[in-house]
Amino acid sequence: MVELLAWLVLFLPLLSVAAITIFTRGNAARSGAISITAVVFSFICGLVLFYALPESSMGMPIQIPWLSIHDQGLGLDLHVDIGLRLDHLSLPMILIVTGVGSLIHIYSWGYMKGDPGFARYFACLSLFTFSMLGIVLADNFLMMFIFWELVGVSSYLLIGFWYERPSAADACKKAFLTNRVGDFGFLVGILLTWATLGSLNFRDLETRLNVHSVEFSAVATAVGLLIFCGAMGKSAQFPLHVWLPDAMEGPTPVSALIHAATMVAAGVYMLCRVFFLLNVDGSQALQVIAWIGGITALMAALIAVQQNDIKRILAYSTLSQLGYMVMAVGCSGPVPAMYHLTTHAFFKALLFLGAGSVIYGLHHEQNIWAMGGVRRKMPITFWTFTFGTLALCGVPPLSGFYSKDSILAQAIKDHHYGLFVLGVVVALLTTFYMFRLFYVVFKGRPRTEAAEHAHESPSVMLWPLFILAIFSIAGGLLGIESLYARHFEAAVAGTEPGFWDRLLEPFNEQLLAASFGVLAVVFGWLWARSLYRNKAVDPLPEKLGWWSQLLRNKFYIDEFYENVLIPCTQDALARVADFIDRWIIGTFAVRGTANVTDVAGRLLRMLQTGSLQMYAFLLVAGVAGVLYWVLGK
Amino acid sequence: MNGFPIISILTFVPLAGAILLIGLHSRQKGLARGLALGFSLLNLVLAVTLWAQFDPRSSGLQFVERHEWIKSLGAQYFVGVDGLGALMVLLTALVVPIAILASWRIDEKVPIFFSLVLFLQSGLFGTFTALNFFHWFIFWEISLVPAFFLIKFWGGTQRTAAATQFFIYTMVGSVAMLLSFLALYSVTGTFDFMELADKGRSGEIASQMIVKVTAWQIFNRDQLPLVIFAGVFLGFAVKVPLVPFHTWLPTTYAEAPTSVTMLLTGLMSKMGVYGFLRILLPIFPDQMRMVMTPLLWLAVATIVLPACAAFAQRDLKRMFAYSSINHLGYCLLGIFALAKLTQADASWNLQKSAVLNGVLLQMFNHGLTAPILFCFIAFLEQRSGGLRGVDDFGGLRKAAPVFCGLMGIAIFASLGLPGLNGFIGEFLIFKGSFPLATWATALSVLGLLVTAIFLLTMLQRVFSGPLNGKWSGLADLSWKERLIVLPALALMLIIGVYPQLLIGKINTTVIAMVENMKF
Repeated sequence: MVELLAWLVLFLPLLSVAAITIFTRGNAARSGAISITAVVFSFICGLVLFYALPESSMGMPIQIPWLSIHDQGLGLDLHVDIGLRLDHLSLPMILIVTGVGSLIHIYSWGYMKGDPGFARYFACLSLFTFSMLGIVLADNFLMMFIFWELVGVSSYLLIGFWYERPSAADACKKAFLTNRVGDFGFLVGILLTWATLGSLNFRDLETRLNVHSVEFSAVATAVGLLIFCGAMGKSAQFPLHVWLPDAMEGPTPVSALIHAATMVAAGVYMLCRVFFLLNVDGSQALQVIAWIGGITALMAALIAVQQNDIKRILAYSTLSQLGYMVMAVGCSGPVPAMYHLTTHAFFKALLFLGAGSVIYGLHHEQNIWAMGGVRRKMPITFWTFTFGTLALCGVPPLSGFYSKDSILAQAIKDHHYGLFVLGVVVALLTTFYMFRLFYVVFKGRPRTEAAEHAHESPSVMLWPLFILAIFSIAGGLLGIESLYARHFEAAVAGTEPGFWDRLLEPFNEQLLAASFGVLAVVFGWLWARSLYRNKAVDPLPEKLGWWSQLLRNKFYIDEFYENVLIPCTQDALARVADFIDRWIIGTFAVRGTANVTDVAGRLLRMLQTGSLQMYAFLLVAGVAGVLYWVLGK
Repeated sequence: MNGFPIISILTFVPLAGAILLIGLHSRQKGLARGLALGFSLLNLVLAVTLWAQFDPRSSGLQFVERHEWIKSLGAQYFVGVDGLGALMVLLTALVVPIAILASWRIDEKVPIFFSLVLFLQSGLFGTFTALNFFHWFIFWEISLVPAFFLIKFWGGTQRTAAATQFFIYTMVGSVAMLLSFLALYSVTGTFDFMELADKGRSGEIASQMIVKVTAWQIFNRDQLPLVIFAGVFLGFAVKVPLVPFHTWLPTTYAEAPTSVTMLLTGLMSKMGVYGFLRILLPIFPDQMRMVMTPLLWLAVATIVLPACAAFAQRDLKRMFAYSSINHLGYCLLGIFALAKLTQADASWNLQKSAVLNGVLLQMFNHGLTAPILFCFIAFLEQRSGGLRGVDDFGGLRKAAPVFCGLMGIAIFASLGLPGLNGFIGEFLIFKGSFPLATWATALSVLGLLVTAIFLLTMLQRVFSGPLNGKWSGLADLSWKERLIVLPALALMLIIGVYPQLLIGKINTTVIAMVENMKF
């Protein structure tokens, strides 16, 4: 029964893909309905598993053989299974993917109404859900890699959904290829792990690690960093972060689901899944991971301060929050990382859907300076968005406060004081850019015709906002953290903490982190309020000067890649390879051989002149030569 | 199949078809096409029967037929298949009908065209089943002749140059190989691949060579085996091809009529890989090992350089030609890694089995995917009046969504997306080669990245963006065209999802081969 449910969770979305592509391609409504039904049922199965699965069957193997090369006589046995792993890490994640996914599927019904590619959109969305669930449920590296790539493809298809726009076509290619750069490292890391430890299954790896700890410690840093390459691609960490902001070319619900709540979290999830490989004596990988995360968080937060496109601000905010999560993993804290991943999925999906609602209401206007006063026109969107903002900033007692605090506390606990300071600065910046967005979009007066005539979105789009808002508010009090803790830490005896304990936990546990977190929010808000209340133009560029230019242009990293790195590597390599091919091998070697043959032929032709005297002369000369050679010896 | 000579029938049915077609008048086009398709489908039925009857548990040769031919030369009519041969026979039978359907629109000298195609198929079947050098070499060379004429008479603007280049290149390789085998014959007195392999393993060839070295006085005892090896090696290296013996390929693939390119890339390139596995590795294990390191780096070059060069190509056929070199590079990487000296340790045998399974899968998968990609190019050429530049199109997805979707599947299969066929072979090769040749393998993984770059760039240039006004009336795939490609695409998906389908059949052969490679 458990097995059946687990397979259903995974395969229902795939069934929907098959049904839509084969039968209902032409019928928009039916396709959408199939896709939504599939994901909702998948969610229900997930819920049943979550609540009904007994503790004893956690982590029990559910496997079907997929690939096997074996021979009894020789003792050969290589087998890879498609296996599902249900435990305290994967079960909550299933609920996030299918739960948030269901809401976004439903929202899409309203948002995408009338689009000629409606059926295709839902097929791709289902394909994405299937692939993402595969990553979550995978019990071995190969299966994870397979679904990892499938997620890449579905993201490619969805970013490039409006393929006629050159920018979308560019963005989807960029996303896929940047991810492939990371996957190169990931694949080599998997191969190295397999070669060293002799297994791909996570459970086997864990037991083998204890036996072969000496062999493994020699390559532990390399394995950790190579695997992290994969996470760098999917979770858009510096320097592979460039694809995520461009991915906003996709429809907004896609940005909410894939590029905020779930897919980009896959990297973090993967790191947590194989945390035991990273957290090995003698491995320096975690240090690097922590700092890469920190740098990404800070850099993205700085860039977000000077962006003017509502979706791009949120995209950089996502980058920054992903940086937080990766930093938490690097500070040996997979629990805070997963905790923040969960709450972030709620409030960032909410913010993106809210932004989508604004964009929809303003007839696809995305520039925040062309909005203003949206509050009165779209009250429900306004209120839900506000709660999302507060949660993201980390205002107690909303969910973001708790998860962010646990990361800051973890940094202190792991003696990463530099990263702690960095984390507080990022929290300050986060509040600043979010309230900048808040004041410019929702407050003040409408600055354009579109903003003047904004209208509230249909209820099919508002219900998902409501539900996500509730979770964004209450997410910190649901005991999510202790759920994940059960996976990573040995069971702690004791009673479940009560409501008040939970509410005040951050202040009791690590007062320093909690108070700095709150201070950062207060100052960030005051700063934004003083600058952006009732403003029609951005006052910051004047004050910051060239700094503003630098931030607006994202530190010129994209320009560097496009104008320096790619021409110097990829294009140059292509030209060199082509040159070698055409000229060196083609002309010198091949033509050279041909020419030698040709010349030899001409020379030999001279011998065949047809003149008898010449032949006679050569004959005599030859005989003379032979005689000389024989007698001379 | 007790006594039923299925392999001989398989080889001679297309030959009979070829002869029948030559007799047709050049105006009987429809009949010629129909007959060619009929014969190739008959072959497909026979090949599928053979595949189904093939016993996956037996490691020996199956469907063996052996008759004396020219006794004084040690030439026998000796055919049979193991997992490798059966796989290649199946592939040949699958690709030829698709190629025949893709060349339906060819309008010049139709009977002769299809006659040559069937003739080629017969040569391929012979090459993949013959187990005596004399017999095998005849088919190896025979397959060259129809390919040459197909390029020369039905090719593009530079067809004559391309055909000549193709012919001379492969001929040089063949001559080198022939000389080597004559030397080998004079040493061992046999042309039989199986006997030669036994002698190669047991070191008998080496000891007999020492005797000959003293008699011949040309090379010293270390040089002679290497020279003989080099001759055979050259023949296969050109055919696959291995960089730097590949320069004939892009021109040939680009100038050949697209349906013939399908046969060249799908099947004739496999003749080379097949040769490496059937002849070079078993007969010359020591020599392989001596030159293993440079060969591994050449394999890396074969993977990376053509992939980079493909990025610089503007002609779709040249681009896919380079891509084809890249994909076969993975096979070569695996084959060269196999030569590594490992004792009979089970864990090494495991890696080697993985590599060899991977190589065989990669042969089949590339043999399926690459022709389909060229088939799509053929469809595109039929619509654009022969244009096939990367920059000639743009936004075609709007006009031809099904075309784009189906070709997209083939492209993703080609760039090794898991869930489609291309991934599993490459992955198994990587898995096994990584412990055997760590750095070469790690660098080769880079090939996956570069392949993705140029394939996606191509996909974007041709299909995405605003529709180029010139092609607004471009027709989407017709039902007939869909029926041509859909079975192959379905097969790609099936193999990708359930690779055990093939591995289950070839596994015993692979393990026997690894077992025989104890060096």
